[in-house]
Amino acid sequence: MLGEGIVKGLAETAKNFAGSFVSKERLTTVQYPEERVEPIENTRDFPFLVYDGSDPMAGLRCVACQICEKECPPKCIYITKSTDKKPDYVGKPQIYPARFDIDISVCMSCQICVEVCPFEAIKMDTEFELSTTDRFEGLILDREQLAKSNEYYNKIHPTEAAEVDARLAEEKAKVEAKAKAAAAAAAAKAAAPASGETTAKPAPQKDPAKEPGA
Amino acid sequence: MNFQALTLPEKLDQLFVFVQHWIMGFFPAHWQPLVGALVGVVGIVASFPAIFALTTVLERKGLGRMQNRLGPNRVGPLGIFQPVADGIKSLTKEDIVPVSADGVVHFLAPVVLVVAIFLGYASLPIGRNMVLVNIDAGLLFFFAVGASTELSIFMAGWSSRNKYSLLGAMRAVAQMISYEVPLLMSAIVAVMMTGSLSTVKIVEAQSGFTGIFPHWYVFTPWGFAGFVLFVIAALAETNRTPFDLPEGESELVAGYFTEYSGFKFALFFLGEYLGMMSIAGFGITLFLGGWGAPFSFLNFIPSWAWFFLKLLAALCFFIWLRGTLPRLRQDQLMNFAWKFMLPMTLLNLMVAAAWRFLGDSATGAWLRWVLCAGVLLLAYVGLGRVLMRKQRLGARSYRYAE
Repeated sequence: MLGEGIVKGLAETAKNFAGSFVSKERLTTVQYPEERVEPIENTRDFPFLVYDGSDPMAGLRCVACQICEKECPPKCIYITKSTDKKPDYVGKPQIYPARFDIDISVCMSCQICVEVCPFEAIKMDTEFELSTTDRFEGLILDREQLAKSNEYYNKIHPTEAAEVDARLAEEKAKVEAKAKAAAAAAAAKAAAPASGETTAKPAPQKDPAKEPGA
Repeated sequence: MNFQALTLPEKLDQLFVFVQHWIMGFFPAHWQPLVGALVGVVGIVASFPAIFALTTVLERKGLGRMQNRLGPNRVGPLGIFQPVADGIKSLTKEDIVPVSADGVVHFLAPVVLVVAIFLGYASLPIGRNMVLVNIDAGLLFFFAVGASTELSIFMAGWSSRNKYSLLGAMRAVAQMISYEVPLLMSAIVAVMMTGSLSTVKIVEAQSGFTGIFPHWYVFTPWGFAGFVLFVIAALAETNRTPFDLPEGESELVAGYFTEYSGFKFALFFLGEYLGMMSIAGFGITLFLGGWGAPFSFLNFIPSWAWFFLKLLAALCFFIWLRGTLPRLRQDQLMNFAWKFMLPMTLLNLMVAAAWRFLGDSATGAWLRWVLCAGVLLLAYVGLGRVLMRKQRLGARSYRYAE
């Protein structure tokens, strides 16, 4: 009959109205500044720069390759390369960003910068209380404001950060192994003049072994 | 009347009337009618916007509770000063007028709306001896003035030079004119029974009691049907949910007040709620016994208190509906007006006439109850079935200009 649904609906809202006074579990919202809900792990809003160690500026992973600046769809990243170099996490001398600004009033939180970064240097933050009284300068974050430690990254996105750390450690180990091998080779080379024939010998030995397979 | 000679409940009941007479006493005789009217106007202009402020906070808190939230609770204890904050905000906001808008009409539209709605209160009896002007055709005056709000809505939509404003205004005018007919028709039954268009007489006709129960028109078959139809038409007339198509956000941004900001927007908001209160007030006058008490033993409570309690209950019901019902579609709205509301109101007129002429002799009383209720119920079920019949709509075909 006409109007049945309306009566049912009215009963439902009346139940909710009365119920919200009786049981606290019904209330789906929390009173924000006093109470907070922990953000879920995949929360993201604006990018930040990861640094290792204790000195934010010295430990920045960013090497100012400018890939993120070029890939950024709304063009909210501004990078100036440094003229000098500093060692990165594996000790290799690298250029670093003399200026790294993100205009968060332009950023659309797409995470493309994070996906294209080959150095795991830029990640998404969960900090959302960024209101400011200056809508121009206050919303352009510079590298000091953007730099956050790897520990912080581990805290806000534990799963993702663990993966990144494992990968970086593996790479570092590889580089170290390579360096060790290179060092060993260099040492061997240094030792070589003592026995000149041995270095020439292995090469002809390998060739016949390869031929049957080819 | 002598104030000292009255009993305490009577004194309370006539308090505002005596205050008005006391103020009038300070002026020479030929000034007194004007001063009396001014005092009444000030009373209305002060009290109803105060109820509006109360309604906004009640609405926000009530809707919140229906959605299992707390609602506003920051300004003052339990958020009761929220309307003050809202008022300050809308007063201090920038007033933007579009460059291509018709400035004069754009400014006039909200003013005309509020003025027209305030005029409607002139013939609303808010208590015993408390009506600003007791005109013989008070009800007619209210409907005539109420119909002029459509003009200001169209002024707003037209002068803004905005497609959403114009579309919203078109919708609003189409809707309000469509529902004007059933609104009037559903009110006519009360006039037929009273034999007068005077709102004061309509209330007086309902002021008797049988035992402890009052003679409200809503307690008769035609009165109940008329009341339900009046409420539905009133909801549509004031653009309240579920008939708030003129401001459907998903289609029209905000409808006819898209281009309004600051205090002009607040005036539209005020006008909407004042319109809602005046139409609820007239619904109370026509069917719910006006300022009369619901039981004879509650007569000691002042008449104006009963009126405002009923008004508050009506507003709460409107808020409840808003928290429950989704918005109608345009074709549903029009189908409902012309295929359900109009036939029902026409039938109700005939039922009311039959009720009147079946008389209230011992057998006639029973007969007319059964007969009138049966006819109305049958019509309701039948028309409802027709209305809810599934419409077989094929794929829409478009024809374009060559």
